[in-house]
Amino acid sequence: MFAFILRRLAIAVPTLLLLIVLSFVLMHLAPGGPFTQERALPPQVLANLNAKYGLDDPLWRQIWNYVYGILVHFDFGPSFVYPDRTVNQLIADGFPVTLTYGTLSFLAAVLVGVTLGTLAAIRQNGWLDYLAVGISIGAQVLPNFVMAPLLVLALTLWLGWLPGGGWSFSDPSFWIMPVIALSTSYMASIARITRSSMLEVLGSNHIRTARAKGMPERRVILRHALRPAMLPVVSYLGPVFVSMITGSVVIDIYFSTGGIGKAFVDSALNRDYAVMMGVTILVGALTILFNLVVDILYAWIDPKIRY
Amino acid sequence: MVIEHDKMRSLAARMAQPEVRGRSPWADARRRFLRNKAAMAGLVILLLVALFAIFGGQIAIWSNEELDFSVMGQVATMGHPSLENGHYFGTDDLGRDLFARTVQGTQISLLVGIVGAGIAVIVGTLYGAVAGYVGGRTDQVMMRTVDILMSIPYMFVLILLLVMFGRSMTMLFLGIGLISWLDMARIVRGQTLSLKNREFIEAARATGVSTWRIIIRHIVPNLLGVVAVYATLLVPLMILTESFISFLGLGVQEPLTSWGALISEGAGTMSYGTLWQLAFPLFFFVITLFGFFFVGDGLRDALDPKER
Repeated sequence: MFAFILRRLAIAVPTLLLLIVLSFVLMHLAPGGPFTQERALPPQVLANLNAKYGLDDPLWRQIWNYVYGILVHFDFGPSFVYPDRTVNQLIADGFPVTLTYGTLSFLAAVLVGVTLGTLAAIRQNGWLDYLAVGISIGAQVLPNFVMAPLLVLALTLWLGWLPGGGWSFSDPSFWIMPVIALSTSYMASIARITRSSMLEVLGSNHIRTARAKGMPERRVILRHALRPAMLPVVSYLGPVFVSMITGSVVIDIYFSTGGIGKAFVDSALNRDYAVMMGVTILVGALTILFNLVVDILYAWIDPKIRY
Repeated sequence: MVIEHDKMRSLAARMAQPEVRGRSPWADARRRFLRNKAAMAGLVILLLVALFAIFGGQIAIWSNEELDFSVMGQVATMGHPSLENGHYFGTDDLGRDLFARTVQGTQISLLVGIVGAGIAVIVGTLYGAVAGYVGGRTDQVMMRTVDILMSIPYMFVLILLLVMFGRSMTMLFLGIGLISWLDMARIVRGQTLSLKNREFIEAARATGVSTWRIIIRHIVPNLLGVVAVYATLLVPLMILTESFISFLGLGVQEPLTSWGALISEGAGTMSYGTLWQLAFPLFFFVITLFGFFFVGDGLRDALDPKER
């Protein structure tokens, strides 16, 4: 197991480095620089600024400084647009919010999805099954940017139950719509995956044996069927996690929740490359880390995998 | 002993008939597909949407750029869908005809979806087939590269690209195409691995056909089933990606528009009571995605009846 984790790390670390270098080179290739303004600066001022921030160093040196800053000091550098803010501050402001509703959405998607899928498989061709399949087919065409306006329309404009936007850590009524909007389509996918893998597992030999020796159905499902049936779901968790973070961009814009996605889109519209790169690298690092966890989890659940 | 004459006669008749003609797997697949009601419904929907995109412009009375000054400023009361003034779907908040805008958005979203899937088909198929067929170290390197590219948060990188190199349709196509082929390459590689030890490939190799020619002439045609299924399922994913970016205002730029941009506009103005601005683009978006998913699932079931 230890060797397996090491081997996975041996892929994860270069991937992260590649991502950092790649985004840095992209930024370098992009037209314009941090001091490009509508009114051109005198060349001497520009040269001084470039020297001050090390922008006249050779490219490899700049990359080295950037990578070193991130990996050793966890420092993404200053923002290119807001004079008094660093990328770290902007990320630190938004990240707790994103983390809160992202985690809740992830849990909602997994828990509700797995429960729905399992119940549907147990009651195959019953009304619950048709309901679950119907929901999961319908929900796959309802991505977060479609769910968000529909939810606001129904719950805020028509019913007036929930606030249409904003964020508060102490008031859960602000959390509900972001979580529903973000989790619906993944919940549906997870339910569908769980259902089909559960059906397959329920038809296998070890389940028949368990039933034949008179084990209560509940125990058969929970002890013997759920674990192997979870494998396809676990391998889907990586993409779900990425989509939660990606979706936060829409959630932050539509619900004005002020998470990390807002920092990203604002910086995209302002061409604040430093913030964009910082967020991209952070998200990339989280993704790589999460995929690592998922791989380990998968190896741990699946007895057939030898590491 | 009673002999059932009818049965005997039909048996005799059947024995007298020439041998039943074998059905090719493709004919079988076609039959299964035609019998799948959801898939056929999906196909009909897609055809209708395509007709709407192609001929909608002829029906529209207003162009997508004209401002209707008679409704401008009072869109909430005057701009609703109506047959009398020619705004079948109403107008947007600037007084532009929503029907014409929806036609235009449909064209662009479908174009993005199809081009994105097309790039995936070409690049992904060749990449996967080469990796799978050549094997060994080449395969290792090629597939590790795919692994690495897959663990990059592509939506962020795509937006990064769009911002740094300008928001144009070309950049959008390029960016979407860059990421869309990864899954395809994996699937094709797996399929190629199972193909490459078959007798007809061996025969081709024994007669001295070059590697490249084997891949193009023998491997790729045998992959078409899988590729077709996956490409059909990829189109809606590309449309979703494009809509996501356009919803944020980072994708297709005015005066061009797409479903994502229209949904975003509609969502922004719905609190003024102009619900049609959200409803019509959303309707086309949703039914098209349904259509593609149903057709894709139907194709998969038809070509591979084991996988349900």
